[in-house]
Amino acid sequence: MSVQGLIRLGDNTLILGQRLSEWCGHGPALEEDIALANTALDLIGQTQLWLGLAAERSGNGQTADTLAYHRDAWDFRNLLLVEQPNKDFAVTMMRQFLFDTWHYEMLNALTDHIDPEISAIAQKSVKEVTYHRERSTDTVIALGDGTDESHTRMQTALDRLWPYVGEMFSADEDDLMDMAALRPKFDVHLSETLQESTLTQPESDFFHQGGKTGARHSEHLGHMLATMQVLPRSYPDAKW
Amino acid sequence: MVETAASIDDVWSWLEEIPDPEIPVISLVDLGIIRGIRWHEDTLEITVTPTYSGCPATTVINFEIEAALRAKGIEHLSLVRQIAPPWTTDWLSDKGRAKLESYGIAPPQVAGGPTRCPHCHATAVEKISQFGSTPCKAQWRCTDCLEPFDYFKCI
Repeated sequence: MSVQGLIRLGDNTLILGQRLSEWCGHGPALEEDIALANTALDLIGQTQLWLGLAAERSGNGQTADTLAYHRDAWDFRNLLLVEQPNKDFAVTMMRQFLFDTWHYEMLNALTDHIDPEISAIAQKSVKEVTYHRERSTDTVIALGDGTDESHTRMQTALDRLWPYVGEMFSADEDDLMDMAALRPKFDVHLSETLQESTLTQPESDFFHQGGKTGARHSEHLGHMLATMQVLPRSYPDAKW
Repeated sequence: MVETAASIDDVWSWLEEIPDPEIPVISLVDLGIIRGIRWHEDTLEITVTPTYSGCPATTVINFEIEAALRAKGIEHLSLVRQIAPPWTTDWLSDKGRAKLESYGIAPPQVAGGPTRCPHCHATAVEKISQFGSTPCKAQWRCTDCLEPFDYFKCI
């Protein structure tokens, strides 16, 4: 089983969890702040499972913590989408919606994985992600079909993030499953939600890539890692 | 030095006395996270399943199990984390559900939302947010008595 495939899943949840935690104490309303922090918490919990299994399988003394804190940007295997900056609430929620829609279908498919440990983590995670997707879908609809201002911001967010959607469905032999096969179900939920949101799906099918292979991360990842990793790198023996 | 090993029933009753760290009105057994207790030679093995994968209470729960069982004289203890089958609110005991409601937290319902306000028992309720003060709860409001309340999410 590909350790890289496990690291990809763990890095997605780690990097998005860290991004969302940047909102803690800054949410536009108390309920939204709590929801973002809760989603971040679930994602970091899932990270411990994925990176924990990756570390165990790599058999070289790594742990989930050493993978999270002692790798540099070029060794991360997360999608470019999840490392994009939060910007405003519209960008954060659109990013979340696009990720959740993919994540939900991907985990559902992985619950049938032949490897029982991978299937177990997927079964655990998909319960949490069902709630994430429900909330981000509701929020995209409420803001898309909201005021002129919220509509404009949501459309701008969708246009901005659209070139990062395609990478979720790019596939190679390191993946735990055929990611391209998820596209039809993703497209159904996407188009239903966008229609209800009164938002327009961009036409271009160009997409940036290089996140999940590590070949070409955006400049944002390094800045985020500098913040996330400073303590364990400064004090390598520090214990929680 | 060791007298007779504690019986499995004794261990269940000891764990029944440990409150959930975030919702102290229910016990770890009520919560349904203790999945098994068995002796493996002279080691007592407790199988625990996490509620939500990132829930910080999980670590505290392990500490509390260990402290409680050490206090009862258990010398060799092993805590096994089991994530499959994943924890479900179906495993909450009926006693636990009743205690939650009298504490002011609406118990989980398969329909996906609370059936009534835990304060005034009116059935006119609305969702405020899918997420609440802990990973396992959502925020709801009673449109009759107007009080907000926690709802224990059904998963």
